[in-house]
Amino acid sequence: MELNGAEIIVQSLQKEGVDHIFGYPGGAVLHIYDALEAQDEILHVLVRHEQGAAHAADGYARASGKPGVVLVTSGPGITNAVTGIATAFMDSIPMVVISGQVPSPLIGNDAFQEVDAVGITRSCVKHNFLIKDINDITSVIKKAFHIATTGRPGPVLIDIPKDVTIARIKEPKFPEKVHMRSYNPQVIAGANSIEKAVSLITTAKQPIIYSGGGTVIGNAHNELREFVNILGFPITQTLMGLGAFPATNELSLGMLGMHGTYEANMAMHDSDCVIAVGARFDDRVTAALDKFCPNAKIIHMDIDPSSISKNVPVDVAIVGDVKQTLQELNKALKGKTTFDISPWWKQINDWRKVDSLAYKKKAGVIKPQTVIEALYEVTNGKAIVTSDVGQHQMWAAQYYQFDEPRLWINSGGLGTMGFGLPAAMGAKLARPDLDVACVTGEGSIQMMLQELSTMLQYHTPVKIVNLNNRYLGMVRQWQEFFYEKRYAMSYMDALPDFVKLAQSYGHEGILIEKESDLMPGLKEAFAMKDKTVFLDILTDQTENVFPMIPSGAGHNEMLLGGRDEMKSTNDEGLNLV
Amino acid sequence: MRHIISVLLENEFGALSRVAGLFSARGFNIESLTVAPTNDPTLSRMTIVSMGDDAIIEQIIKQTNKLVDVVKVSDLTAEKHIERELLLLKVSVEPSNQADIDRIIDEHGCKIVDVSENTYTIELAGQGAHVDSLIEEFEKSDVSNILEVARTGVTGVSQG
Repeated sequence: MELNGAEIIVQSLQKEGVDHIFGYPGGAVLHIYDALEAQDEILHVLVRHEQGAAHAADGYARASGKPGVVLVTSGPGITNAVTGIATAFMDSIPMVVISGQVPSPLIGNDAFQEVDAVGITRSCVKHNFLIKDINDITSVIKKAFHIATTGRPGPVLIDIPKDVTIARIKEPKFPEKVHMRSYNPQVIAGANSIEKAVSLITTAKQPIIYSGGGTVIGNAHNELREFVNILGFPITQTLMGLGAFPATNELSLGMLGMHGTYEANMAMHDSDCVIAVGARFDDRVTAALDKFCPNAKIIHMDIDPSSISKNVPVDVAIVGDVKQTLQELNKALKGKTTFDISPWWKQINDWRKVDSLAYKKKAGVIKPQTVIEALYEVTNGKAIVTSDVGQHQMWAAQYYQFDEPRLWINSGGLGTMGFGLPAAMGAKLARPDLDVACVTGEGSIQMMLQELSTMLQYHTPVKIVNLNNRYLGMVRQWQEFFYEKRYAMSYMDALPDFVKLAQSYGHEGILIEKESDLMPGLKEAFAMKDKTVFLDILTDQTENVFPMIPSGAGHNEMLLGGRDEMKSTNDEGLNLV
Repeated sequence: MRHIISVLLENEFGALSRVAGLFSARGFNIESLTVAPTNDPTLSRMTIVSMGDDAIIEQIIKQTNKLVDVVKVSDLTAEKHIERELLLLKVSVEPSNQADIDRIIDEHGCKIVDVSENTYTIELAGQGAHVDSLIEEFEKSDVSNILEVARTGVTGVSQG
């Protein structure tokens, strides 16, 4: 049978098991849209802005574990999507982006809606392709999905000139398998490194497991739980790793890093054996590198060899798939005796008594922390929670106790404001069985508001929890601490009436100004199963995120809210973000 | 320290810019870069000379290896190796300095590959340091003026 390029693209996507595409049409992709319209296996979600398409596909991928798929046109279509692609890249999210391109003969001529998509995206994709020949479509799409989902996952872009979608060939061949001599990620860890790790683990007196997003992306939560339970060691998780190990388990010390708990950071600092599982020693986690874990031997499990010893030199590197690595380790550790670490636990429990997440309530003011605690209660800790970026993101991570993986969805690496709402929409499409909440602020939500329209069209009921403090809170917090309270451009004046705004998009809106209205408001919102509800919650304007490791300080130099005076940081610290 | 990184990669559209882009995006230094297809026309050999301490060179090798088009990366300077660079040097010639130029050419074992009324174009293939010393000799002496320098950058293979 003779097919055109567009039909071959759509059939290739069907063969990859794609059920949702997030996209926006335009001149260069009209043939592909024509082919999509002629089938009903794949649901196309028409977003209102291409950045929203990439974030929605990203949220879909994080919630489902399947690759997200994006379709955009050439020029502004792909440039708008770049922020969403970079967001997925920084958090290692599998995604395939198809962008239209001007017809081959016009490439390089500054044609209408032409940009060098492959050039622009090169540094924020795992790999990209420009298809010049219709005969390459099937193999390139096969390779793109393979690259996006294996090794350390990431976004892959396929740029397709319009003439390639129009050309026709007879009997296209759809490959079953991929072979690439230049791409073979190491999956099986070396036995030697496993042995070395076991010997460090069994002789550790003050061990800590530091687990990251790799355990979620790598679907290794069961193996991680077994690992922690075999050892009985304390575990702390990064912002990206929350939920892989249950937050409510007594072995969990909570999150570590800049806004991590006191016990997690102190335990990292005093540990003699840090076991990093699918984590990358990011600067939000390590704090000052010269003060990082001064007495620890470090074991690092990662699928990406370039993560090993990038920021922190390690003693044992285990390169491989984290799930398989943990299986090997669990096998090797069974029956082995470890040190009695009860003195270490006693020390940790003393640190716990500091109760670093305690906060003071104020009469007449809704504390943002209280909102997250109420959200946790109303949803029984079982909702998917997406967030935007800023103070609300940290509070959600600190006060919502994630007991399962893929419930907590946020932009940790790139820190993209505007991520939360489209990601919530994508997550709801992936998991219609779960409640989805988007924790946001009045700054972030305004960066992707237009997707409220998409959410009505595709019936994706999400509860938007807007912590509205009329400030760009994290910016304001840093200005308070480090810029002598000069609040340059951090106040958000002229805010819309969010309730009316939500209503005008066909959704529900609830304004909450008093703490006594908080629980009833949340309950009412979640009772409206089929509705997107915008909860505009006026919160304390000047609350800060604590505890905090100021820039340039070490894990043992945390500041606790209401107890420590904020010392102004040194010049070196100010240089850091 | 100076390192010579040898990269075997798919001879595909954009492969060179992926490697060059990686170096600029991550702030790695490139002293020279050469690239050409191998005997297998689907593969290219790229040779990069870079400066950096051990940690930086380790990152360069790992990050380059991570590129999907890259088949193999090795640090030639970690083992015994041969390195060569080609220089084409154009200098001014007058009857008064011709003998001196001939002497330098002789001493450095290079060839004259083009002659005009008042210029010589000199060819030298050798190690980077050898190429440097020839250029230096012309720069320091009053024998002749350098009109143009074109050098290829280093390429290399491991020994044995």
